[in-house]
Amino acid sequence: MKISKDEVLKVAALARLDIDDAAIEPFAQQISTILNYVDTLKNVDTEGVPGTSHAISLTNAFREDELQEHLERDRALANAPDEEDGAFTVPKVI
Amino acid sequence: MELNELTIHAAHDLLRNKEISSVELTQAVLDQIAAVDDKVGAYITVAGEQALKAAANADQAITAGEITPLTGIPLGIKDLMCTRGIPTTCASRILENFVPPYNATVVDKLNSAGAVTVGKLNMDEFAMGSSTGHSALQATYNPWDLERIPGGSSGGSAAAVAADMCLGALGSDTGGSIRQPASHCGVVGMKPTYGRVSRFGLVAFASSLDQIGPLSKDTRDCALLLNAVSGYDPRDSTSVPRDVPDYTAALKAGLKGIRAGIPREYTDKEGLDPEVAAAIKAAIATLEDLGVECVEVSLPNTEHCVAVYYVIAPCEASSNLARYDGVKYGFRDTGADSLIPMYRATRSAGFGAEVQRRVIIGTYCLSAGYYDAYYGKASQVRTLIARDFQNAFETCDVILSPVAPEPAFKIGENTDDPLKMYLSDIFTLSANLAGIPGMSVPCGFSQAGLPIGLQILGPHFAEETLLKVAYNFEQTTEFHKQKPVL
Repeated sequence: MKISKDEVLKVAALARLDIDDAAIEPFAQQISTILNYVDTLKNVDTEGVPGTSHAISLTNAFREDELQEHLERDRALANAPDEEDGAFTVPKVI
Repeated sequence: MELNELTIHAAHDLLRNKEISSVELTQAVLDQIAAVDDKVGAYITVAGEQALKAAANADQAITAGEITPLTGIPLGIKDLMCTRGIPTTCASRILENFVPPYNATVVDKLNSAGAVTVGKLNMDEFAMGSSTGHSALQATYNPWDLERIPGGSSGGSAAAVAADMCLGALGSDTGGSIRQPASHCGVVGMKPTYGRVSRFGLVAFASSLDQIGPLSKDTRDCALLLNAVSGYDPRDSTSVPRDVPDYTAALKAGLKGIRAGIPREYTDKEGLDPEVAAAIKAAIATLEDLGVECVEVSLPNTEHCVAVYYVIAPCEASSNLARYDGVKYGFRDTGADSLIPMYRATRSAGFGAEVQRRVIIGTYCLSAGYYDAYYGKASQVRTLIARDFQNAFETCDVILSPVAPEPAFKIGENTDDPLKMYLSDIFTLSANLAGIPGMSVPCGFSQAGLPIGLQILGPHFAEETLLKVAYNFEQTTEFHKQKPVL
């Protein structure tokens, strides 16, 4: 299977990435090579085999819903690229 | 011997007897960094002032009679574990100026044991790579041959330990990122069982695979570091509530009765360097002389490990790395005048090529219509790989293998072919997929003088067995005592 340049651009948009024009073709090539290799998994018989999402099975880690130590606002904002009045600010949305 | 060349346990003995101070020891480490790190490039950040202050505090504690095995010991931390007040970059432009407001649990644990953090160590960006060549900030060179890679992604950690620029270090291992650089730099490295060490404050790459572990000059030091960082943490919901033994207690027990599995699928593997094969064979013979009984085992799904890993890891990475959006912390591209273009410009300028490649592969595999074919299928084959190990460990206590198919390669080789790089992870990936512990122990040198590591794998929570095998091997060999000349 060959991933087209359009597919690379579509997935890049989903991943919120801009790919330079010059980089699209090599990216498409490398990703196709990797996915072709990964496609060998299709030949493995996994009928009735459950998936593993975690190697050590733990059931839900619950705790009481109580206020705990947390990051104060000024420390949470200390690394923000832009902030105003105690909030993160972003460029216009619409 | 210079103070910075000491092992942790040897330095501890001198500190306890007040023959040296932690300030002297830490200064020796800082002097070594000043002398050789221009050539090696292991440290992204050296926190000299904070380190000397922590050392002075440690000396006071020792004077007051309060000493743990790590009090006053200068350590390096891979630059993806959060250190409050010390930058944590993940070797990425996107986090270049990030100063964490809190400590990772492992950092808190080291601090409360009295250890001294010397600085933060280079790595492949977001831990994606096996050479440290994907660091966006600087190159790291193998102390044994400065024209070669140190391995990765914890290449800075392994190089710093090998070049005596710290007494020990923490790394992280998602597909071999502790074991492979340990092998390439001639030091000891361990990836513990998934869930053994808290990952709170570790920058996430692939959450079902990531695990923190030690890199050290010998096996006793590895056990001491593991003692300090292991244990349940309510802040990491995947950490396992299970008692932590004293990992040094079992070291000296003999190896009589230990059965070692030699996987049929690993021997005569295509691409296995003959010098590596010979060193592993000799190491197995040494262990047999020590009483280990070798049996052949089979891991029939070995050939699928790389494909499974390179679906699961990028999928999880694409999800984890969605948080880097230029809003809450890290780099923001200020050229765009609305939100979505700002996200895209920020992420494209902030992430390097390998990170973008993996994010795109992961996003593709998780996108509508492909999830079952890729992530779903890979998760099922992952179960088969885990079962292979369960079956093998019914007839053996540990599995022995190479860590990497070749000694460290030259900088610039292999970098334009991602798949070729991925295939070199064949011996290490499966431990992460199965969640089992694995170690690399120095077991030889190539003709060119490059270190070779022996991998020891065990069942879940069998760290004590791995350490015992490694320790006994060290007692009859000298490989771990060799030092690179810089």
